[in-house]
Amino acid sequence: MRYLPKSESERRQMLEACGVSSPEELFAHLPEAVRLKRPLDLAPGISEYEIVQYFRDRAAENANGYASLLGAGVYHHYRPVLVDTVVARGEFLTSYTPYQAEIAQGTLTTIFEFQTMICQLTGMDVANASMYDGSTAVPEAAMMAVRATGKGRVLIANSVHPEYREVLRTYAKNQGMPVEEFGYVPEAGTIDLEELDKKMDDLTAAVIVQSPNFFGIVDQVKAAAEIAHKRGALLVVIFTEAVSLGILEPPADADIVAGELQSFAISPCYGGPFAGIIATKEKFIRQMPGRLVGQTTDSRGNRAFCLTLSTREQHIRREKATSNICTNQALIALMATVFMTVYGKQGLRELAVQNLAKAHYLAGKLKPRFCGKFFNEFVVKLDGQSPDDFNRALLKKKIIGGLPLGRFYPELADSMLVCATEMSRRADLDAVAEIFARSTVEVMA
Amino acid sequence: MYPENFRYTKEHEWVLAEGDSATVGITDHAQEELGDIVYVDLPKVGSRVEQGKSLGSVESVKAVSDIYSPVSGEVTEVNSTLADSPEKLNEDPHGAAWLVKIRLSAPGELQNLMTASDYQTYVGAEK
Amino acid sequence: MITKVRSHISPNESLLFERSSPGKMAYQLPDLDVPPVDAAEALGADNVRGEIEGFPEVSEVEAIRHFTRLSTWNYAIDYGMYPLGSCTMKYNPRINELVARTEGLAWAHPYQPEALSQGCMEVMARVEAALAEITGMDAVTLQPAAGAHGELTGILLVRALLQQRGNPRKKILIPDSAHGTNPATAAIAGYAIENIPSSETGVLDVSALERIVTGDVAALMVTNPNTLGVFEENIIHAAEILHAKGAMLYMDGANMNALVGIARPGDFGVDVMHLNLHKTFSTPHGGGGPGAGPVAVKKVLEPFLPTPRLKRSGKRWAYDYKRKHSIGRVKAFYGNFGVLVRALAYILAHGGPGLRNATVDAVLNAVYIRKQLEPYFDLPYSQPNMHEVVFSDDRQAKLGVRTGEIAKRLIDYGFHPYTVSFPLIVHGALMIEPTETEGKMELDQFIDSMISIAREVESDPQLVKNAPHGTRTSKVDEVTAARKPVLRWKG
Repeated sequence: MRYLPKSESERRQMLEACGVSSPEELFAHLPEAVRLKRPLDLAPGISEYEIVQYFRDRAAENANGYASLLGAGVYHHYRPVLVDTVVARGEFLTSYTPYQAEIAQGTLTTIFEFQTMICQLTGMDVANASMYDGSTAVPEAAMMAVRATGKGRVLIANSVHPEYREVLRTYAKNQGMPVEEFGYVPEAGTIDLEELDKKMDDLTAAVIVQSPNFFGIVDQVKAAAEIAHKRGALLVVIFTEAVSLGILEPPADADIVAGELQSFAISPCYGGPFAGIIATKEKFIRQMPGRLVGQTTDSRGNRAFCLTLSTREQHIRREKATSNICTNQALIALMATVFMTVYGKQGLRELAVQNLAKAHYLAGKLKPRFCGKFFNEFVVKLDGQSPDDFNRALLKKKIIGGLPLGRFYPELADSMLVCATEMSRRADLDAVAEIFARSTVEVMA
Repeated sequence: MYPENFRYTKEHEWVLAEGDSATVGITDHAQEELGDIVYVDLPKVGSRVEQGKSLGSVESVKAVSDIYSPVSGEVTEVNSTLADSPEKLNEDPHGAAWLVKIRLSAPGELQNLMTASDYQTYVGAEK
Repeated sequence: MITKVRSHISPNESLLFERSSPGKMAYQLPDLDVPPVDAAEALGADNVRGEIEGFPEVSEVEAIRHFTRLSTWNYAIDYGMYPLGSCTMKYNPRINELVARTEGLAWAHPYQPEALSQGCMEVMARVEAALAEITGMDAVTLQPAAGAHGELTGILLVRALLQQRGNPRKKILIPDSAHGTNPATAAIAGYAIENIPSSETGVLDVSALERIVTGDVAALMVTNPNTLGVFEENIIHAAEILHAKGAMLYMDGANMNALVGIARPGDFGVDVMHLNLHKTFSTPHGGGGPGAGPVAVKKVLEPFLPTPRLKRSGKRWAYDYKRKHSIGRVKAFYGNFGVLVRALAYILAHGGPGLRNATVDAVLNAVYIRKQLEPYFDLPYSQPNMHEVVFSDDRQAKLGVRTGEIAKRLIDYGFHPYTVSFPLIVHGALMIEPTETEGKMELDQFIDSMISIAREVESDPQLVKNAPHGTRTSKVDEVTAARKPVLRWKG
C-alpha cells in the first residue's frame, strides 16, 4: 500500500529483530475475548483515481453553479489564490502544534501575526490563536466572563445566531449557568434595550450581543455596554461576518469579542472546519481559553516566538483549566492570515464597501423588513407567498434563495434572510428582484 | 538556611507569627522545585483563609502549584511587588517575596506546624 | 554521528507589519456592477471605522515570500518522522487535500436545501457507518470539532442518560495516566474528578476500581491502549464492574491506531468513545488544527446524540431535528465536514484489509523501536507495548540529564522530539509513537540517533544539556514570555 513504506524483506527483518516470526504474534498478548475475529466489513482499498471519482460523484449530487442569497453565519466570499498556495506547503499543512519552539517558528510567527491582526480589527488588546468556530466561542466567552466577574448568570440577545445560542445552552446547562434571552425591537431589528435593562441584575456575568446581528443589522453595542457595565457585567460582542470589520467601527466598548472568521478565505465546506476567535482587554488575559503565542528572545538574543501562558490550559491545569480545548484551528487561522495579508488595510475596507453596495442594491428592490442599518444581510418580508414558494421560483433560475426565518423565529415566518456579497452578480440580483416584483404584483392583482 | 523563627508546613509554606498577625510565604525548597516563577495568584485583602486550604497559586512555565495556608484568618495585606516581579520569589522567598499577611483567628494552630530543624529534616528526607 | 541533517543558510524574515508600506497592495477587486454606496449614509457615520491601523500593506510577491520563508523554519511530517506519543503523526495523504476542494463539496452552504446537499449528506452517512464498523458501536455523531470537544459531548451524553434514569451522579473517575483534556472536560461537564491510581504494572487497577465505583460515579474515562502504549487487559472486567453499579465506560480514542481492525471498543464493553480524525485517520495537523472528534455510542445513548441526525427519507437523506432527548447542539451546523472528507478518503484508500495492515505496521514499528532502545533507556513497565512505547530517563537522570534535554538534542539529529514528561505516572517519560507510515530507514536513523545521544549523555552531558545547537532559533526564553507576555506586535 502506497502509504506504508516497508518492503516485505524489511518487514521480515524487523519482525526478526522483534523476536517474533509473524505479525500476528505482536498481538498475541491481547485477551482472546477482545479480539476481532473477522475482517472489518469495509470494501477493499481503491485507487487515487477512484477516490477522486467518488467525491466528484458526491459533489455532483450537490448544488453546482447556483447563485446564492444565503448568509446566516456562513458567507460566500472570493478566496484569493495565494491562500491555498500557502497552506498547501507541507511545512504548514503537515506540521504539529508548535510546542517545540526552535523548530516551529514558521507556525508561531504566523500565529503571532494573526493575533495582532485580530486585535487591530476588533480594537481589543489581545486575541487568542483561535477557537473551533464562532458558535463554540460563545460559551467559552461566557465562561470567561463568569471566571472574571465571579458571577453566574448570562443574558443573551435573541438576535444572536440561533445555533450559537443553542450551543451556549448545551454548555450552560452543565455549568449551572442560567441563560436568559432578551428580544429585539420589531421595527428596527435592533436589541430591545428596555427589556435588557429590566432583565439586568447584579448577578449577571455577561451580556452577549451580536453585531451585525443575525438579521444583518448593526446593533446598539454602546448602549448595551452601558447597561452591562452599570451593573458590573461584562459585554461580549459576537460577529459572524468578519468582512464587516473592514468598514464597521470595532466594538471598543466590549470586554470580550468573539466571532467567526469563515469569511476570510475559509470555504463554506458545508459548515466546517472554521475558525473562531476570542479577543479581550489586557486585564482578562489570564481568563482566556485557548493557545496564545508570545514574543520573546532565544539564547542568542534573536527575536523568537513561543506558546505562552500555558498554565491556563488543560495539559497543565487539567480540571482547573480555563477550557478543555486542545486544538487551535492553526491551518484555518493561517488561511485567514493570508487573506488578511492579501487584502490588507485598503483591500479589506474596499471589500466591505463592495459588500455594502451589493446588498443595498438588492435591498432597494426588495422590501427590507427592519429599518435598522445593515451590512450585507437583511430580512425581507414576503407578501402573499411563503418564503419556501419564493425560493422554489428562484431555484428555477438556479438561484438559491435566502434563509426562511420561520424555523428560528416563528414571528418572522413570512420573512427570509438574504445576503449579497462581492461575489453576487448584478444579473442574479436583478433576477431575484424581478421574481420578487412579479410575486408582489400578483398579490396586488 | 531555614529561619528559626518561622514555622513550616508539609506543603512547603512558611509562617512568621508576631502576636495575632502572621506573614506567610513559600520556602526555598518550594521555589527551587518550581523553577523560574512566572506568576503568583494571591487572594484579595479581606478574604478569609483556612489552615490547609488553598489561598492561591504559584506558576512556573510548565506547572502550577497551589499555596496552602498554614494558618486561618483574614488577609490584611498582599505583596503587590510580586505582580510585576514574580522572580523575587526565586531570589528571596523567605524575605522580600513574602506572599500575604494574615490576622490570625486561631493562633493555636501554629503548634501543629514544623520547626525549622524539623523542616530541614523533612526536605532532606524528601530528596 | 549526525547523518540526517547538516547546516544550511535559511532566510530571515520580518513580520508583515514591518514589511508594510502605505499603498502597497496584493489584491484587485473587480469594478462594481451595481451603484456604489456611501458607507456613512448606509451605516450611520458613527458606525464607520477609521482605517485599520497597523494592518499589513504588502505586495503579492512579498506576501508569498513572507509565508514561504516562514514555512522553511518549520519541521513537518513531510520532512521526517515525528515520534510524538499519542499524537499519531502519520503521513497526510495529498489526495485528501484534493478531494476536500472538490467544488460541489467545498462550496456547499450548510443551509442550502437538503435536496441540493445529498452529496454532503451521503459522505457524512458513509463516514458514520465506517466509524461505527471500526469501533463496534451502534451510532456516531460527527458534530464535535475536535477530540476534547468529542470528550465533552461523550460525557454530556452519559450525564443525559443517567439524568433520565433519575440521577446524573457526581463523579467521573480518571486514571492518573490520563491526558489533560480528560479532567478538564469532566469539569466543564459539571462533574467532580476522582483520580484512580494505576497498578504497579501501569494498567487499570481493577480491585481499586471495585472499591471506588459507587452510586456517585457516573463513568470511568479510560484510554486504551493506555498512555503507556499498553493494552488494558482488564478492560472487560472493568466494564462489568462499572455496569453493575449503573456507571458507564468512556473511552478516549486517541490511541485507536493500535486497534483498528484488531479489536473494537464496542466489543470490550465501551459505552461511548470519541475518535481523533487528525490522529488515526490521517487528517493533517496543520500546525495545531483543525481536527474532528466524532463520538460513537452504544444504542442506549443514541437518543441523546446532538441534533440534528441524518435519517433516511425514501431514497434520500434528510435531517431529523425532532429529537426530544438530545443534549442539543455542541457546534453550529453539522461538524467539520472538510475534515470528514479527508478521513473518508483515507478510509477508502486503505479499505477494510488495508486499515488492519496499517495497524499491524504501526505496532511493528513501535515494538521494533522498543527492542532496539531497551538496552539504552529504562523501561518502566515490562508488558508488551502496542503502537507506542514509553521509556523513562532514570538512567540518564543519574548522570544529570533529563528527558527534556535529550529531546532537544534529538533536534540536532534532524528529528522532532518525542513527547516529553507525559504520562505523569512515569518519572521523566520519553513517549514514542512512530506510526505505520515510517519505513525502516527512517526508524533506524531515529534509533541510531537516540543511541548516539545516550552515549553522549555518558561522555559529554553538557552537549546534551545545552541542545539544540544547530537550529536557527536556539533555546527560547519561555520564562520571560510568561512573565511579561507580549501577545501582539505594536510597532
